[in-house]
Amino acid sequence: MRRKGNGFCLTMQTKANIGYNAKLEDEVIVTRLDAMLAWCRKNSLWPMPMGLACCAIELMGTGASRFDIARFGAEVMRFSPRQSDVMIVAGTVTYKMALSVRRIYEQMPEPKWVIAMGACASTGGMYRSYAVLQGVDKILPVDVYVAGCPPRPEALLDALMRLQEKVARQPVLGKKQGAI
Amino acid sequence: MTAQQAAEKLKEKFGQLISEPQLFRDETTVWLNDAGQIAAVCQYAKTELGFDYLQDITSVDNHPNTPRWEVVYQLYSLQHHCAIRIKTAINESISELPTVTGVWRTANWHEREIFDMMGIRFRDHPDLRRIIMWEGYPYHPLRKDFPLAGLPTEQPDVAFAEPAPMEGGPFVTNPGVKTAKEREPRAKGET
Repeated sequence: MRRKGNGFCLTMQTKANIGYNAKLEDEVIVTRLDAMLAWCRKNSLWPMPMGLACCAIELMGTGASRFDIARFGAEVMRFSPRQSDVMIVAGTVTYKMALSVRRIYEQMPEPKWVIAMGACASTGGMYRSYAVLQGVDKILPVDVYVAGCPPRPEALLDALMRLQEKVARQPVLGKKQGAI
Repeated sequence: MTAQQAAEKLKEKFGQLISEPQLFRDETTVWLNDAGQIAAVCQYAKTELGFDYLQDITSVDNHPNTPRWEVVYQLYSLQHHCAIRIKTAINESISELPTVTGVWRTANWHEREIFDMMGIRFRDHPDLRRIIMWEGYPYHPLRKDFPLAGLPTEQPDVAFAEPAPMEGGPFVTNPGVKTAKEREPRAKGET
């Protein structure tokens, strides 16, 4: 299956979610409602920037003009959890901050996803100490982990694309998936 | 006025309470023999000797030696452009000394940090609460007898803590050897 960045198939395939053949169908696109909703959803993931340490600087770089996270529909950084879809945990989660992170996650409406950005958020990183939570997955269900200390913006964009693939697979109608 | 002259003036004023000034790498240090007098000494250093800037207060844990605690005051004079260090020792059974917040207001947070991390109390401090760890945390993590990995704690809706997996760490570098491979951090198997 050949794909362009926006996820449309160029050639008609039986297993594709969205098929479009200009010669046959002109201006008509045939798809399943579920697939179309998932496609809408994955292309407007609004992040909750949980910037806790230096990874947040790379997160800002990802949002700025050079790397431009807007290409993936995720440029609307919401500082209110009630308006966001994906929490990007960027940085060291201390025990003092851990339950606040958890509470902000709980304030996000369903459906919601989590990206653990960098070594600290994924595993505690170099902080093997009394003060640091050893990976945010001890308190949150993480969808994508990003390696690096801090990761390059390209790595975060790759994580976002992988998350988009996951979101596209999740059914919108009917039974919920990924909820805890 | 140089730091050495300031130290001598301190000694003139307080006599036996102040040790002979020690000079190490152009830095002057005096020891105060009675920690209970620290506020009076600091007041004199500020008003009479012009040490108007308190750079830092830190503490040292000499566990298992006695006296266990050592509190270090770093003073700087913006008028004379010189720095002086005052050290004082406290026994673990006392673990308390007077606050210097009445001399420099900036001492407030420095003393809270020492109280939080080391568990040394400051008498008459206006607001002696933890400043880094959360309220209700039962330990003082910079003490020598506190494990680096931490100890488990649980306070519902406030915070919890679990010991970190040390995996044979802490990982320490080996300076002074020739190759980068030998220098890089290695676990010493101390845990």
